[in-house]
Amino acid sequence: MEIIKDLPEVFQEFAEQRRNSFLAVKKIKEEGIPVVGAYCTYFPQEIAMAAGAATVGLCSTSDETIGEAEKDLPRNLCPLIKSSYGFAKTDKCPFFYFSDVVVGETTCDGKKKMYEYMSEFKDVFLMELPNTQGEEALKLWKSEVIRFKEYLEEKFQTEITEEKLREAVKLQNAVRRSMKSLYQVMKHDPAPVKGYDLFKVLYGSTFKFNKEVIPAEMEAIAKKIEEEYAAGKMEEKRPRILITGCPIGGATEKVIAAVEDNGGIVTAFENCTGAKTYDRLVDEDAEDIYQAIAERYLSVGCSVMAPNPNRFELLGRMIEEYKIDGVVEMTLSACHTYNLETRKVRKFVTEEKHIPYMSVETDYSREDIGQLNTRIAAFLEML
Amino acid sequence: MYFTGIDIGSTCAKLAVMDEEKRLILKHVQPTGWSSVDTAASIYDRMKSRGIDLEESVCVATGYGRISVPYADKTVTEITCHGKGAVWIHDCKTGMVIDIGGQDTKVIRLENGQVKDFVMNDKCSAGTGRFLEVMANSMALSPDQLCALAASGGGVTISSMCTVFAESEVISLIGRGEKRENIAYAVAESIVNKVVSLASRLSTGEGPVCLTGGLCECDYIRKILGEKLRCGVIASPEGRYAGAIGAALTAAEYGMRKRGK
Ligand code: SF4
Ligand code: SF4
Repeated sequence: MEIIKDLPEVFQEFAEQRRNSFLAVKKIKEEGIPVVGAYCTYFPQEIAMAAGAATVGLCSTSDETIGEAEKDLPRNLCPLIKSSYGFAKTDKCPFFYFSDVVVGETTCDGKKKMYEYMSEFKDVFLMELPNTQGEEALKLWKSEVIRFKEYLEEKFQTEITEEKLREAVKLQNAVRRSMKSLYQVMKHDPAPVKGYDLFKVLYGSTFKFNKEVIPAEMEAIAKKIEEEYAAGKMEEKRPRILITGCPIGGATEKVIAAVEDNGGIVTAFENCTGAKTYDRLVDEDAEDIYQAIAERYLSVGCSVMAPNPNRFELLGRMIEEYKIDGVVEMTLSACHTYNLETRKVRKFVTEEKHIPYMSVETDYSREDIGQLNTRIAAFLEML
Repeated sequence: MYFTGIDIGSTCAKLAVMDEEKRLILKHVQPTGWSSVDTAASIYDRMKSRGIDLEESVCVATGYGRISVPYADKTVTEITCHGKGAVWIHDCKTGMVIDIGGQDTKVIRLENGQVKDFVMNDKCSAGTGRFLEVMANSMALSPDQLCALAASGGGVTISSMCTVFAESEVISLIGRGEKRENIAYAVAESIVNKVVSLASRLSTGEGPVCLTGGLCECDYIRKILGEKLRCGVIASPEGRYAGAIGAALTAAEYGMRKRGK
């Protein structure tokens, strides 16, 4: 595949992808394709894909409906949960509206309780995700993956054959590989493009329903970036920042902007919008494909796991590979697991990797943009 | 050639001017008021009237209103400036700086004259000058008077961290007829506890603790801060100007670098 458009145009298109997909989801429904909505990286997409369904991420990213949500939920709750619930309840999110079923996992306490309330007005399939990653946990998680498969078969009156599932695994792996090949362009120093532009593609691509086209498209964008880089087009040399922590998107993009407006460049995202979602593949050749899927998903290094070694493995690897000068962690206010884990991340980054670390706690409002800029600018001045 | 530093904070704006030998030749403080732009303009006039020609100087602005200084050559955050200012004032290159500002409280770890790490309070105003101001207001005192009174009080605590709730606690204490010095004591405790918990997020290191910002001349705050941190806390009347002094020093570096080119 050849990219004919200029990169800035491509980035802009991806920035608008989420909104453009509002129409696409309606069309899909009209064609009779079922839609499965999900909120989390632990959601085993391949199962839904093998059932012939389209999948879509439902995490809400604006504070528009938080007021509405606070009628049912406590105020001091993570904004991602409040906003997601608010959009669901007020029917303001077309993806939610068109989802035949919403899949939740027992990740953090706030989310799992929220799903209880959500199920009062929507079909919610709650998967029991263990909080540990040992053998017993894997057994439970595998049985949950199979229970989900059986649920979808029943719900959509279809059969998820081994063949379809393996096909889905191959396709999803191809997507993962291509996303990785794209974000790996940031290993170059100086970086070839702005981290914010890369982010637009990472985030926007999750709202493409036609997954088959993603691998070729990502590889083409990566190729174009590489070619332009070879021809001398690149960003100025600036402190290279890795962003870690809670998922970023919409309102919280202010953190990426704060880094890049104040003289840094984001070269890596160790979060659910970035590497956490794409780093590991499912073993395509495994004899027991359910086992392989369960293993892959259970190994996601999110702070809801205790302990959470895989996060540190990935973080450490990325700090090296992307020649990171400083780590910025973004946590959402009232996200206990990530906020608690900041202490360990700080220690790991400063004492084992010997680079500076800062954490910022924020929410979906714009009130703190001034302070956010000051803090991040000061952090960059320190580097 | 002059090096000028302007620190536009949420409550007060500070000016520090240095000569080529990095001697402090002028310092000035005024309330920020409603508009940082107007404040910046009035500081400009002030410098002019003192014979400081801005054509002949390098100017760095800092503080939350730093973007409102049209004649600044450069802006730098208050973290970096407070760090530099403290190094200059106390001639200490390694240590901790605690700045209790109007809206923000920051704790900075210095190593070899450089900012190594820092923390700032989150959105809420507990542990800031603003908190003190609100409480002092509700007791019909000035912040300085409150601090002075606190030294002779004791026995009362304010449990709420939120300024709004804490204020109603103070009002109900007044209503109950609690002695003013005891309430003042509780207010000071509350601020210092919050600052100490902020400081504990930074790894402990060597060197003294320097108190800068508007409360640096308040002996009582300095004393209990030292008790709670279990170390000596140093302060100087110039601490109020630490941000502006740091900005002037940055201007000097910047000016030298430009000239070197
Ligand atoms: S941060 Fe954790 S809980 Fe949130 S989407 Fe990612 S994996 Fe799921
Ligand atoms: S950000 Fe934290 S609190 Fe919010 S949904 Fe994710 S894990 Fe839960």
